[in-house]
Parts: sequence; C-alpha cells; structure tokens
Amino acid sequence: MITTSVLTLFGLGFVAASILAIASKALYVEEDPRVEVVLDALPGANCGGCGFAGCEAYAIAVLNDPDVPPNKCCACSPDAVARVASLTGKAAGDAEPKVAFRRCVKIEGKVARKFEYAGIMSCAAAKMILDGPDACKYSCLGFGDCVRACPFDAMWIEDGLVHIAPAKCTSCGTCVRTCPNSILELIPKRARVMVFCSSQDKGKAVKDVCEAGCISCGACIKKCPAECITMIDERIHIDHKACLAFGPSCQEVCVEKCPRNILRCLSPESSTKESVGYSEVSNETNLNA
Amino acid sequence: MDTFLLFISAIFVNNIVLAQYLGNCPYLGCSKEKSVSIGMGAAVIFVTIMATIFTYLIQKHVLIPFHLGYLQTIVFILVIASLVQFVEMFLKKMVPPLYKSLGIFLPLITTNCAVLGVAILVQRKEFDFVTALLYAVAAGAGFMLALVILAAIREQFEVTRIPRAMRGTPIGLVMAGIMSLAFMAFKGMIA
Repeated sequence: MITTSVLTLFGLGFVAASILAIASKALYVEEDPRVEVVLDALPGANCGGCGFAGCEAYAIAVLNDPDVPPNKCCACSPDAVARVASLTGKAAGDAEPKVAFRRCVKIEGKVARKFEYAGIMSCAAAKMILDGPDACKYSCLGFGDCVRACPFDAMWIEDGLVHIAPAKCTSCGTCVRTCPNSILELIPKRARVMVFCSSQDKGKAVKDVCEAGCISCGACIKKCPAECITMIDERIHIDHKACLAFGPSCQEVCVEKCPRNILRCLSPESSTKESVGYSEVSNETNLNA
Repeated sequence: MDTFLLFISAIFVNNIVLAQYLGNCPYLGCSKEKSVSIGMGAAVIFVTIMATIFTYLIQKHVLIPFHLGYLQTIVFILVIASLVQFVEMFLKKMVPPLYKSLGIFLPLITTNCAVLGVAILVQRKEFDFVTALLYAVAAGAGFMLALVILAAIREQFEVTRIPRAMRGTPIGLVMAGIMSLAFMAFKGMIA
C-alpha cells in the first residue's frame, strides 16, 4: 500500500516536474539582463519611497519607462544614482537631496500639559484622546511612532522629542506619513532657513500654550526679499527652492525679524549670523551621539 | 433546468467565498480596486476550470483504480501548483499584456483554497465530467462576483469618512461579513 502511494506520488510529481521543465525551455522568455544589474545598484531596501512596489518594480520601470527618472530612489547614494543613470542612459538630474525635519521645539517652549497620559505608548493612540496630552495639539507627542516606522534607524526620542540623524535619513517619507500631528516635513538638505514650529493656531492661542511657538505675525513674510515665505492655514511655509535660488544676499533678514526666534538658520555656510538651529539638522556628530 | 439551478446555486446560494468561506485571502487582498478584482476573478475562473479538468482525470484514472483516495488533497495541491506554474509560463510567453496585468496574482492562485475547494467538492458531489466543468465555471464566477462587489464597495471607502481605527482591513472584514449575511438571504431559494 505504502509502495503504491509513494510510487504514485513520485510518478505524478515526476510527470509534473518534467512537463514544467520542458515548458520552461519551450516557453523561455528572455528577460532584460539590465534589470538584474540595476537591481544590484539599488540598495534593496524595498522601502517604497520611490512610489513603486519594491526595488525590482522600480528597476523595471526605470529601464522601460522614459518618464521614470533614475534618481527616484531616495535611499540611493549619489554614486548609485549615477550608476543607475548610466545603465539606463538617462540624465542623473540634479535632484535636491532631502532630509526629514521636525517642526517643533517643545522643550524650549515648555508646552503645558492638559493631562497625564497613561495609555498605549503610541502617538496615534495618544492623539485620539483630546488631541494628545500636550496643550498644543501640534507638538511632538514623543511616543516614537516615527522612530518605529523609520526603516533606516535614523530617528530617536530624547527628552520627549524626536531627533533625526541626517546622515542616515534617506528622505523616504515614511516618518512624515506616520506622524499623526504632521510635524515632520521633508526639506532640502541645503535648506537655509526653516520654521521650527508647525502650529496652525492663531498667535494668542500659541502664546497661551508655548513660549517658543510661531505666532504667525507675518513679519518674515513681509521682509523676505525673495518672496518665498507664505502662510497657509496659519502655518508658515518656505519655498526652499526659491530661497536657495535667491542666495545669501538677503542676509537672512527673515530670521532677524522673527520676534519669537522660531525662524532659524539651518546651515552655517548660508549665514553670517549665529546659526541657532544648526545643531538640529546639520551637526551630524551631535545627532548621532 | 438542472444546469441553470447548478449555476444559480454555485453563484448565489453556495457562493464559494460568502457561503463556504473559501479563498478569503485573495478575497480581501485583491478587492481594493475593481480592475484588479476583475483580473483576479478571471484568472481564478481559468485556473479553476483547468484544475478541475486535471484533478477529475487524475481522480478517475489514477486515485480510484489504485485505491488511493486518501492521497486526494496532496495530489490535488501538486496538480494545482504545477498548473499555476505552467499557466504563468504560458501567459508570459504567449500573452505578455495579460501576464503583466495578472503577474503578481497568478502565483497567489497556487495558494487559493477556493481552487482546491472546487476540485474536492466536485469529487464529493460525484459530478460527471461536464457537470464538474460547469460547476467549476459557476464557482469561479461566484468568486469573481463577490470580489467585484466588495471591490466596488471598498472603492467608495476612499471618499467616505470612516473612523481611523476602522480604515483599511477592519472595515474590509466587516463588509465581507455583511455581504456574507446578505447572501444568506438566498438560502432556501433552492432546496
């Protein structure tokens, strides 16, 4: 009995395998060997930051679709981008490398607490209860949802505030999508100035809950000679492209005019003034410590 | 008349997904977009028919004569897996556009228990070859119907206000349950 069943199974398996082996020869489709090469050049993180299902899907798309640029992979080093560009015969382009930025200075602002939270240690869970335990509903909740989401281990929580290591950040945007308070933003690595607050409240309401927050007075908007600062929903937005294009000739007048010192210089090269926010983004040794 | 009843029964009354709870993974996984659900449904119908033909022949000409009925499940899985592999190769060579649109779903069919379920049910109900084929078509169509209806509903979710905790899979599961309840109304239609 056992012999019959084993032989039958073996026979069926053999027949199926033989048919598949013959079929694989007869129906062989030559695949683009470049896919494998492009795949090797990519980091293989499968993070989805490029908007495709994975690295392979992107490799196929970048080879076959003329509209897909070779620099779409945010985890790629410039060398890898150049390699992909040369393999696909496309121009590498001058994509501005980006980095995640936290728009909150909760510690400096001494944000008041509404209540003591003792629930699930997750920003998303805390946000569901009266917009979180902080009096400012736009502050960093500090439970580290973004830290857990970051596929590149580029974030950590310190003093209830998230910190970002720019050297490790690939600007995949996972943390930006995760943060329930939308305080994370992708900005160019070379960005010159940035607002360290993401509140959408009116000035008075911000003053009531935080000593440092942006009161949306608009002084920076009026003074910016490049006209690259705008206010959308009571939140300051900076057009970094225009700002970088204008260059340092403006002497960062916006930073100077900010009465709350919440608009700060990011890069020391771009400013002759004291770079207040420098350690937040650019000082990698500090951040990685 | 019997054929008509078989169709109605397999599609509405004993729907493979909603009444027999088979093939739930692709039912939830491929029901986010209507176009994808139609492709997946068509692929399942095709594989179900092919699987039924082969498993029927193997059951009648190998398993029964050698008294190996207890090997049914493992042999059927072997046949379905090989068949899906073959279909994948065939489509890749012969119909590349269809292969591209189905690409990721084809290997999934290997583990679709609705296909195995139909192959086994056909044996259990002791259908003749033609009826078995018709039943395979009807069961596949029932699967496709459930998939397309759920996809159409889930497409509406994109523009609907849903509590955050319920978004995505949770509401999908609730909808699947409600659809199953709705289809229970057909019970008793055919004795």
